Amino acid sequence: MDLTLKIWRQAGPEAKGELKTYPISGVEEDMSFLEMLDYLNEQLIDQGIEPVVFDHDCREGICGMCSLFINGEAHGPGRKITTCQLHMREFKSGDTIYIEPFRAKAFPIIKDLMVDRSAFDRIQRAGGFISVNTSGNTIDANAIPVPKENADRAFDAATCIGCGACVATCKNSSAMLFASAKISQFSLLPQGQPEAKERVLNMVHQMDLEGFGNCTNTGACEVECPKGISLENIARMNRDYLFASFSSNK
Amino acid sequence: MASTSKGLFGSSLARKYWMAATGLFLCSFLVGHLLGNLQLFVTGEEGKLAFNEYGHFMTTFPVVKILSYVTYISILLHTVDGIMLARQNRAARPVKYLKENQAANASWASRKMALLGILTLFFIVVHMKSFWYEMHWGALEKDANGNKDLWTLTVTAFEQWWYTAFYVLALTGLAFHLSHGAQSAFQTLGINHPKYTPFISKTMVAFAWLIPAGFIAVAVFLFVVQPGQSL
Repeated sequence: MDLTLKIWRQAGPEAKGELKTYPISGVEEDMSFLEMLDYLNEQLIDQGIEPVVFDHDCREGICGMCSLFINGEAHGPGRKITTCQLHMREFKSGDTIYIEPFRAKAFPIIKDLMVDRSAFDRIQRAGGFISVNTSGNTIDANAIPVPKENADRAFDAATCIGCGACVATCKNSSAMLFASAKISQFSLLPQGQPEAKERVLNMVHQMDLEGFGNCTNTGACEVECPKGISLENIARMNRDYLFASFSSNK
Repeated sequence: MASTSKGLFGSSLARKYWMAATGLFLCSFLVGHLLGNLQLFVTGEEGKLAFNEYGHFMTTFPVVKILSYVTYISILLHTVDGIMLARQNRAARPVKYLKENQAANASWASRKMALLGILTLFFIVVHMKSFWYEMHWGALEKDANGNKDLWTLTVTAFEQWWYTAFYVLALTGLAFHLSHGAQSAFQTLGINHPKYTPFISKTMVAFAWLIPAGFIAVAVFLFVVQPGQSL
């Protein structure tokens, strides 16, 4: 199939970027979107043009590294997939495909389509953990009763791969779906309780410091999330934060 | 972990709580306002005197006065908070996408809350100048019972096609604003439950369309019947 690619090229964080057009032919429908970009890059290298920089790692939808805003949607058309799981059979020969980086103040561009998502790491560091005594008398995890439904919900929240599609999709560049998933996976479990209040207060505070926007409850994040993280996590975070604000010790 | 939170003032979530709380209060205000307006369906001298009596009560009864101040404060807070949120949201994405397919994942109303809010605010200013200001500080005639004749002011305003058209347009905008906002407020306040949320959402969406429809029905009735002409 023959395609016209319109790709955002930007030499560095401070450089001025622009959309460049690359015609490409010989793309096969069985290629993944990333393989199609590999194929483009091989041709660019042959022509002496600098290849397009983009993030990728596992290429099987579990690492969250591949990003890309394709034809106006995070990870392109299709639901509950990452870009590496998007295949060229979703497009037709003759299509023009817009490929842009994830856009957010908190996700500065490193080069071309690659963005710095370490803001998520800093949110996680602000409270996305539990403190465990490792002095030798480790308690068997199964010794603490956990209701099955809570375990399932915590697991669903924990499937968030931190890809940033929620931020990229949100009209406000809000990180609420990510933060709420990372808070929920602990707040639903007994092990998360001792630090629950401080966790939600601190992680929300860090999220605000990073310059993410606010939540308008449009629900776009949930639709575009490759792991189908539910909006109920955001409600849980809102609820936990409200109670924690009233009842925390500090 | 040491807390660094801004708590209920200044944080992103706190701003949303205030938005939701004031928004829901204003929804309750709309119910009261509409119930009052329904009296305009009663025409003739009887309807006029009753409506003016009601207008007198609403501007003098202490409980209503207190509620009216809460309403003014809510409108002000909802506006200022909304502007602050919208500014932050814009700043969070300094470089826009060149191609964006927002319709693929979110409703139109949910994406246009600020625009619909501005339209509603503009309407409130015009609306308050037309009736609230005139009732409080304008030179209104007195009716047979000695009450200020708010009724004549109201029905003559809606005799003008452009005033009614503006009113219908503004209330339609409000309906869209509420169709997202009224149910979204519950999510913001952390109320999301597998059993109750579908009911809450359906109820609030119905509320969002029915309440403005009620206001519009009164306005269109006044325009069509022109009750001021028969007195």
